Amino acid sequence: MRVRVLTFAGIREIVGEPSRTLALPEGATAADAWNALAGEFPALAAIAGSTRLARNGAFIDGSAALREGDELAVLPPFGGG
Amino acid sequence: MSADSLAGRRELRRYSRHLLIPEVGLAGQEKLSRARVLVVGAGGLGTPVLQYLAAAGVGRIGIMDDDVVDETNLQRQVIYATSDIGRPKVVAATERVAALNPHVGVDPIPRRLDVSNARALVRLYDVVVDATDSFGARYLINDACYFESRPHVYGSIFRFDGQVSVFQRGGPCYRCLFPEPPPEGTVPTCAEGGVLGVLAGIVGTWQANEALKLILGIGASLAGRLLVIDALDARSREFVVASDPDCPLHGTHPTILDVSDVVPRPQAPLGVPELEAANFEAFLEEHPEAIVLDVREPHEAVLGAPPHARAIPASILESHMHELDSAQTYVVACRVGARSRWAVQRLHDAGFRRLYHLRGGLLEYAALQERFEAF
Ligand SMILES: [Zn+2]
Repeated sequence: MRVRVLTFAGIREIVGEPSRTLALPEGATAADAWNALAGEFPALAAIAGSTRLARNGAFIDGSAALREGDELAVLPPFGGG
Repeated sequence: MSADSLAGRRELRRYSRHLLIPEVGLAGQEKLSRARVLVVGAGGLGTPVLQYLAAAGVGRIGIMDDDVVDETNLQRQVIYATSDIGRPKVVAATERVAALNPHVGVDPIPRRLDVSNARALVRLYDVVVDATDSFGARYLINDACYFESRPHVYGSIFRFDGQVSVFQRGGPCYRCLFPEPPPEGTVPTCAEGGVLGVLAGIVGTWQANEALKLILGIGASLAGRLLVIDALDARSREFVVASDPDCPLHGTHPTILDVSDVVPRPQAPLGVPELEAANFEAFLEEHPEAIVLDVREPHEAVLGAPPHARAIPASILESHMHELDSAQTYVVACRVGARSRWAVQRLHDAGFRRLYHLRGGLLEYAALQERFEAF
């Protein structure tokens, strides 16, 4: 299945584009999608623990299952003010 | 007409455009004049918040910041003038607020929010605005506001990206959104990564709007939603934030029972020796064979280049690693030491052994050397 990953802030800078399509096996979870992305961009590893994932506009746990066509946003925290 | 009403104090003309809005009106304007708001941080976010709260006639505003105005603030902190450089922010901001609206009472608080003062201060106000620039302060505000049952308006910015939300008892809190602060040095601050000046105004005015709505009790607040603003592509999105049943603050089994210092975890130890900025030049003199591997992106070269440098931006390091000699001595450096930390670890994993890491980055080195100007 294919999901669309939306990137933000520092993650967008590492990935280099605002969205990216990932091809994942059926039954893949949000964490699987993140791991696929981090596999491609090892610099993401350092912020894995503090990044939040949102599926179709709602925050979810890594264990949540994804479906074809889902939009998965990866949001890092940032503290600037 | 009582002497302490707005009509009694002859302030009606000032607020006439508010009085014309049915959702505000005289009753709403009276609520604003009785409201007390604490703005923590008088920087990029805090200054637009202060200006709009003062203009709107919020009765009492606490301005909390222990910093002085720096020249690098003026690109976005439009409340300050060039002549304010070096003056305490709370002093300059208090003057501007008083000039804008003499009917507003100001509490200048030239201190940093800490565990000893957070709850007592928050208690004195009805609404708190988180306009700080550190994760530690954000968690402290969150917890203090939870324990004192005060809503708080969160905002944060980085380059072109902004986040805004409202947290209050009964709903999700900042910890539900981001349970733990990122490890030290993994997320750049505005000083490190930069920020578009106008974005501070965009996010700050969103925060002011949410604070005013909380006081007025009108509209739908951002509680339970995170607004994410992308000023570069002119997009905004919102995400539903649920209250986490395992939240350590208000979940089913709370483990946080009072405010405490939230210290980001230090990063995992680096398997590579680190150099301090102060020893950098001496190291290069003792090791003439060493090459400084500068992993900054090309646009950052305006900062100047270190001596004996080879530039390979971190973004293309993977694909250019084969150009490097694993028997060579490299000192890996970037602007503040975050990307170089990743890069040096990556090189180490790839079998490079004569590696050193410049802790604190070229910015710290530049500040010591005065060889190139530190921005
Ligand atoms: Zn919570």
